[in-house]
Amino acid sequence: MQILEGEGVTKYFGGLAAISNVDFEVARGEIVGLIGPNGAGKTTLFNLISAALFLNSGVIRFKGEKISGLKPHQVCRAGVARTFQSVKVFGNIPVLGNVLLGSLFGTSTGMSSPDATREAMESLEFVGLSALRAIPAKDLTLANQKRLEVARALATKPELLLLDELIAGLNPTETAQAMELVTRIRDKGITIFMIEHVMKAIMSICDRIIVLHHGEKIAEGTPQEIATSRTVIEVYLGE
Amino acid sequence: MRGREMDVAIFTSKRSLVSGSIILIILVLLATLPFYSAGYTVVFLTSIFMYIVITVSWTMFSGPTGYISLAPAAFFGVGVYTSALIGFMLPLPAVIGIGGLASFCLALLVGALTLRLRGIYFVMFTFGLVELLLHFVLWWEVNITGTTGRVVPTVDNTTVYYLMLIIFAILMLTAYFIRHSKFGLALQSIGEYEEAAAHTGVNVTGLKIVTFAISAFFIGTAGAIMATRWTYIDPRIAFNPLLSFMPVLMAIFGGMGQLYGPIIGAAIFTYLEEFLITRFPYYYMLIFGIIMVVAILYLPNGLVGLIQKLRKGVLRRHANT
Amino acid sequence: MMVKILDIVIGGLLMGGIYALIAVGLSLQFGVARVLNIAHGEFIMLGAFVTWWLYTKVGINPLVSLAICGPIVFIIGFILYRTLFTRLRISSASPAAFEGNSMLACFGLLFIIQNVAILIWGAGMKGYSYLAIPVNFGGAIFAANRLITLGFAIVIGLIFYLFLARTRLGKAIRAAAQDPATAGLMGVNINQVLALCFGFGALMAGLGGTLTSMSYKIQPTMGLEYTVIALIVIVLGGLGSIPGSYIGGLLLGLVGSIVTYTEPGLSLVAYYVIFMFLLLVKPTGILGK
Repeated sequence: MQILEGEGVTKYFGGLAAISNVDFEVARGEIVGLIGPNGAGKTTLFNLISAALFLNSGVIRFKGEKISGLKPHQVCRAGVARTFQSVKVFGNIPVLGNVLLGSLFGTSTGMSSPDATREAMESLEFVGLSALRAIPAKDLTLANQKRLEVARALATKPELLLLDELIAGLNPTETAQAMELVTRIRDKGITIFMIEHVMKAIMSICDRIIVLHHGEKIAEGTPQEIATSRTVIEVYLGE
Repeated sequence: MRGREMDVAIFTSKRSLVSGSIILIILVLLATLPFYSAGYTVVFLTSIFMYIVITVSWTMFSGPTGYISLAPAAFFGVGVYTSALIGFMLPLPAVIGIGGLASFCLALLVGALTLRLRGIYFVMFTFGLVELLLHFVLWWEVNITGTTGRVVPTVDNTTVYYLMLIIFAILMLTAYFIRHSKFGLALQSIGEYEEAAAHTGVNVTGLKIVTFAISAFFIGTAGAIMATRWTYIDPRIAFNPLLSFMPVLMAIFGGMGQLYGPIIGAAIFTYLEEFLITRFPYYYMLIFGIIMVVAILYLPNGLVGLIQKLRKGVLRRHANT
Repeated sequence: MMVKILDIVIGGLLMGGIYALIAVGLSLQFGVARVLNIAHGEFIMLGAFVTWWLYTKVGINPLVSLAICGPIVFIIGFILYRTLFTRLRISSASPAAFEGNSMLACFGLLFIIQNVAILIWGAGMKGYSYLAIPVNFGGAIFAANRLITLGFAIVIGLIFYLFLARTRLGKAIRAAAQDPATAGLMGVNINQVLALCFGFGALMAGLGGTLTSMSYKIQPTMGLEYTVIALIVIVLGGLGSIPGSYIGGLLLGLVGSIVTYTEPGLSLVAYYVIFMFLLLVKPTGILGK
């Protein structure tokens, strides 16, 4: 059984199909990449998985159970966490508080306050933000805010992590650190589904890649297969 | 929405021991006030506590979440009318409790309808709520019960004062614990990025509805208590839009970041209202309207925010790495 | 039977015509200028009182007053936007903050305008009689002033529709309603357009007030109810849709007429029931996005 599967997933905005009859699956322990030109529907698909949007037709299953139709907080507690394309940290709340919200509210079983605090501190350790835990989140650099979003997501103890353009806006050093963080997350046993534009990063780290274009899945395979796929190359060169 | 320190060891720190004792002393003074003060002071302080209760209740929900409720007058009116309807049938504490409960239920309904949607619907719906209730109750009184106005059992000023003081104390405890609990943190996160809060596991709609209802409960109890001072009420007296304006004005002027901002705002404006209402009945509402506009323009964080900003100007902020 | 139906329908359109006008006004202010003007009813009240004053003290025909009150209220609205709301737009941290701040500022304006009116004209009810001649419309009797009101509401609506559709300024307004940022890039003086929109919104309110005063008694506290109705209408029509507000106003007027026929005094309650139904089923309204 795959940890995440989608069948016939379709989403309309007005008359336009943003996602059209997409099937996908992610196996436990994989790092799967989601790529495609701008407007292909990548973030929309993530929004459908995390229940930020609801499907028009089709079904999405997590660990065999249907999650399409749930509310976002229920999907989170089921074990699916995410980060956002434009960073959404709680600016006026200190770094630790941001992560505490995850450990207090986002886990499948509740946690007592001291346990949650310990869990939050561990998350901060893991991403390397412990020293900044008392700083209001809005005062962090972009790279650190992205780390904070990851820490917050990890604090909910997910089995699947959706990363939406984690390395957008990062310089080469920060990018390398981010990629290393992703590997360490996978080593913890968390499955990763990630949207990225930076080809080098995707190719180097993903086990499999899914390609979207105009809301449809046009290709799927290993990085090698995708890099040499004529369909994919045409789509990117044609844009 | 201001940042807060994570007070982990709050009950052992020396600072809170000092503040705790000060609060206790003030409470004792207030509790014994009727014994050493003129009758007028008791009445005046009751008004201040009423406004503090309404304003702090309002801030408890609208402050952290940013959902601006324009409904306090409606909940207050429900409390007032409860006193009128059952005031002669039940002992006063029960009446107050039921008044609060009725407001609580109304808020649950309003919240369930509007808090699933964008904040603008909430503002619009709560804005018209007092007018709706006014029309409905008027129609009911004219067509169904055939009454024009109702009598409320009178209660002496000292009892009203103590009741208001008790509600004030319970409210402050409630507001304090909510604010410093995980729910306070969650409410703040809703105000910052509601979508992200939901994805972090916070049941945003549920939390909003419950908090809104709790705040309505207290406003309802305030209404039920104050009705006993008026002896005679009719729908227009009970459902008065000014009661929605005043708490918002007080909270904004005082500052919504800390719990004591609304208290300061309520105290200032209660005093102003008492002072102006006898001399210039229509001028005072005009002046308050002007103050509201000025406060929105020039006091974005209220009086408390202004004071904090002035203090920060003296200290240097340390940069983060 | 037919007479009864005609009575209800025409009566509904009469009221609906005014609802339509004031709702279009609020839609311009909220949908385009992004100000939830909860003091909208006070501008209606101003139009009504200036008309009353002009007719009873100066002898100016209310229909002529349309051409006086309209511009007066327009100028007030325009200046308010250029000073107060522009300043708020600059100082607000985000568009959402601006929406909240401007709404609260309007809350203050509500009390300012209402109490200025009370101070000038007193708190009591006023009224005047103008063209209160009964007219027979297929068996149903209506006062001539109410029919004229409906006529003007339709004409004003038509003129405004043509203005939006055909003139350069109208197109600029529609562009600003769709996407203010892009409109700004395309050379539209966005600040000017938004201020004009707010002014036009106030204009509609003022005209609505003039028309209302011809058929109904007025008092300084009349505004709140109209504001609430206008809010419900723009939700019914669809937030952001100007034609929607017009249609929604006519619809709600019809509903009000039906309700008033069976149970007078419950019309606002009926409107709120519709409001609740919309919130449950289709918050985007009839023509909303």
